[in-house]
Amino acid sequence: MEARYLAIPSMGVSAPPIQPSPPDILKESGQREVFCGLTSIVWLHRRMPDAFFLVVGSRTCAHLIQSAAGVMIFAEPRFGTAILGERDLAGLADANEELDRLVKDLLERRPEIRTLFLVGSCPSEVIKLDLAKAAERLSTQLLGRVRVLNYSGSGIETTFTQGEDNALVAMLPLLPSSDEEQLLIVGTLADAVEDRFRLIFERLGLTTVRSLPPRRSTDLPPVGKGTRVLLAQPFLSATARALQHRGATLLSAPYPFGVEGSRDWMAAAATAFGVPADHFAAVLDPLVERGRLALAPHREVLAGKRLFLLPDSQMEIPLARFLSRECGMELVEVGTPYLDRQLMAADLALLPPATQLSEGQDVDLQLERVRAARPDLVLCGLGLANPLEAEGIATKWSIELVFSPIHGCDQAGELAELFARPLRRRALLQLS
Amino acid sequence: MELTLWTYEGPPHVGAMRVATSMEGVHYVLHAPQGDTYADLLFTMIERRGLRPPVTYTTFQARDLGGDTAELVQRSIRQAVERFQPEALLVGESCTAELIQDQPGALAGGMNLGVPLVNLELPAYSKKENWGAAETLYQLVRTLLKDQLPPPGTPKPSPSRWREEGRRPRVNLLGPSLLGFRCRDDVLEITRLLAEHGIDAAVVAPLGARPADLMRLPTADANVCLYPEVAGPVCSWLERSFGTPVVRTVPIGIGATATFLRELHGVLDLALPADLQTVEGQPSEAERRSRLPWYSKSVDSTYLTGKRVFIFADATHAIAAARIASKELGFQVVGLGSYSREQAREVRAAAAELGLEALITDDYLVVEKAMGEAAAELVLGTQMERHSAKRLELPCAVISAPLHVQDVPARYSPQMGWEGANVIFDSWVHPLMMGLEEHLIGMFRHDFEFVDGHRSHLGDGAPAAAATGEPEAVPATAAAQATSPAPGTITAADAVREALESLWTADGEAELAKIPFFVRGKVRKNTEAFARERGLARIDAEALYDAKAHFSR
Repeated sequence: MEARYLAIPSMGVSAPPIQPSPPDILKESGQREVFCGLTSIVWLHRRMPDAFFLVVGSRTCAHLIQSAAGVMIFAEPRFGTAILGERDLAGLADANEELDRLVKDLLERRPEIRTLFLVGSCPSEVIKLDLAKAAERLSTQLLGRVRVLNYSGSGIETTFTQGEDNALVAMLPLLPSSDEEQLLIVGTLADAVEDRFRLIFERLGLTTVRSLPPRRSTDLPPVGKGTRVLLAQPFLSATARALQHRGATLLSAPYPFGVEGSRDWMAAAATAFGVPADHFAAVLDPLVERGRLALAPHREVLAGKRLFLLPDSQMEIPLARFLSRECGMELVEVGTPYLDRQLMAADLALLPPATQLSEGQDVDLQLERVRAARPDLVLCGLGLANPLEAEGIATKWSIELVFSPIHGCDQAGELAELFARPLRRRALLQLS
Repeated sequence: MELTLWTYEGPPHVGAMRVATSMEGVHYVLHAPQGDTYADLLFTMIERRGLRPPVTYTTFQARDLGGDTAELVQRSIRQAVERFQPEALLVGESCTAELIQDQPGALAGGMNLGVPLVNLELPAYSKKENWGAAETLYQLVRTLLKDQLPPPGTPKPSPSRWREEGRRPRVNLLGPSLLGFRCRDDVLEITRLLAEHGIDAAVVAPLGARPADLMRLPTADANVCLYPEVAGPVCSWLERSFGTPVVRTVPIGIGATATFLRELHGVLDLALPADLQTVEGQPSEAERRSRLPWYSKSVDSTYLTGKRVFIFADATHAIAAARIASKELGFQVVGLGSYSREQAREVRAAAAELGLEALITDDYLVVEKAMGEAAAELVLGTQMERHSAKRLELPCAVISAPLHVQDVPARYSPQMGWEGANVIFDSWVHPLMMGLEEHLIGMFRHDFEFVDGHRSHLGDGAPAAAATGEPEAVPATAAAQATSPAPGTITAADAVREALESLWTADGEAELAKIPFFVRGKVRKNTEAFARERGLARIDAEALYDAKAHFSR
């Protein structure tokens, strides 16, 4: 049944190999040049403007989020850090009392906040500050006004985008139970992209489509046996498992990057809800066609270019699939912070056979491989981009991918453009 | 526990990174979990560095905590020394590692690395970035110089030993570092300034120095403490241990640059050049090396008089800014503060001199509130104050760290010395509107000339005719059309406008045309309002003058 939707003979790229030989995975553990899970707050707080994210941590945590946010754009942001001081560590101050006092002050100043996330950090985990208990206590105190949840974004347990995974898991117990038939899109999307997806699903005849996280933190979708989960982001392993525990069915699909991925992603939902193939084609074909048109000029720049992806956001594998199959790039190495084979199954199957995957990182060794391979483009974090550029290697900063609307057929051109821009720019500059 | 939304300073290990990254041949092994590598991008992005900071992070994880994190530390140190072959090694920990007490510095000490080793103990829960930078520089210098310490009772070197040794005097420039404000250019400017007075810059540190350079520090005749936040402790220690005198005046601004030079000449026992001598407290000739004094005296600057300025920065730049603002630009300082608690005393003293109470805080919301309450007209601050000022719709110039990428300009833009004073004049005065311009825009901001953003008489958008001095040629209707929202649509307001325009007689229009373009719209509007109020059937030259008299009251 799936094949009916998945085959896109006119894509102009090679069909998925029948039996891809499993690529050898390079596993490394060493210095990681990857953010911790706290960084997810930077987009989560924008997704849910009625939520506040209070990190319980150190000055480092506060400085990290501020630096990761790049510029200090928000005069008074909806995230902050309860900085532990010597008194808290020495036990001179009761950490729970301190936290209660601080939360009270914060909520007085921000009466519009409906959900407060207490976010655990490395120091709060190491001193075993029980934020679950604190959240419970504060929830009771603030009953009917503010819901208080907790999760860990600590670097000793989470990497970059796993912060969102943990935040969503924390929200799950609040989701009402219902066996109503629905499609649940899980993972933060740009509002405009989400609207677009909803419109297309509506055209396909899917009447009940909901999102997690919601735009308003209190507007939580129900979950139950009738729920089909479509992951919009590839880093939600724990959330996916927890939703399955609540009776939901996880749909397997490539992630909605590029024309092919987005089409197959929607096809998975269409199949699950019994949308007739001809109707699906009638709705999607024009979008696919338009998406390919938008891609074409960027494919010209990217085709044949060699790409090295350093681990960062977990988006590396689906992006590699898109850039190789739809943009014609050659994959030198595809790094990922960790590999969840179940969540990546559909994308892995579409990667060229024997693509070199690497899991984890030892940044010095990986950079040696980058230098040896001299790729045309490296996807990496901002700590590495300028140093690589200074060595003459073109880079694309990965953090832009978690902030930019890149999902869906309509964004395929923009997504490809993000990768083509550094190459175009280098072609433009007549500088030594 | 303290709630922080934005912070002025990072944790102390970031200060240590600033020292390590500013130098060459130094490597820093930091016992830290995943995520702490974020600090790399401060250097690669804000400073646009083309090299990774020389920092190895142990990247320990939760699952390591049950096992042997000490082994991980030792492995990381060994690998870092093999790979980077540093001339000096810093070993320390970030906030989380401090809690698990692996004592990486002590571990490194037992490894026989064959490299000078500094065990950095930077308390992450009580200290901050600048303190960490100062402590790191101090510890590094102490470690490298421990074999050179003169025995107790050794007399201080003579300040004029350069003369006896038959060489030019030389001084160290201490404090400049990456992520400090304009340090790169300040070093150039001060080096030039010293050269003009026959003084050599011996060692500049930490910026650009190698460990071997630090070992030459005692050979200088004096230390110049350019940034007390970073170099204060090391300068004091060198003075105590080696008897090297310290020049503590920070040469930012005209008066301070002259004072700095006089202090330097005194310390080095150099004859004061004629142009630095003052007669009866009058400014010295040397000040003419900068354009600031004349620019400040020139008539266009009269509009700067008494401008209410609010200052918040690190201590060095806040104190300097207060002095320049009050004594060299004729501003009125209405608020002065700093986040540098270590230098709070100096800031308080500077504020007291201006009849103010210093604001010492690291809560940017408190600063924003004070800024609003002070009814400031200009804000001199950090990137944080730039955002607060934007919210309060106040002009702002950034004068201090914390930095944004735009505070590391491509062009030469020091803060120190004579050229620094020029840069300061421009960058503080430009956010303000020109005196005449500000006056007119306040009066006429509703006029069509100013509708589409204001038009500076210096700006590109000014009507061409205005630039040629022929205001009559300005096609008023064309300009109006250009700024109307939808050309061709007629609104009620347009109808009223037309009715009013039809009242003008030929001589009335002719008289109006004689009025400079930037005032004309206002005069037209006022005159029409006057005509409507009086029920005049037509507007001639007399009506225009009647209106003018009416509104002048």
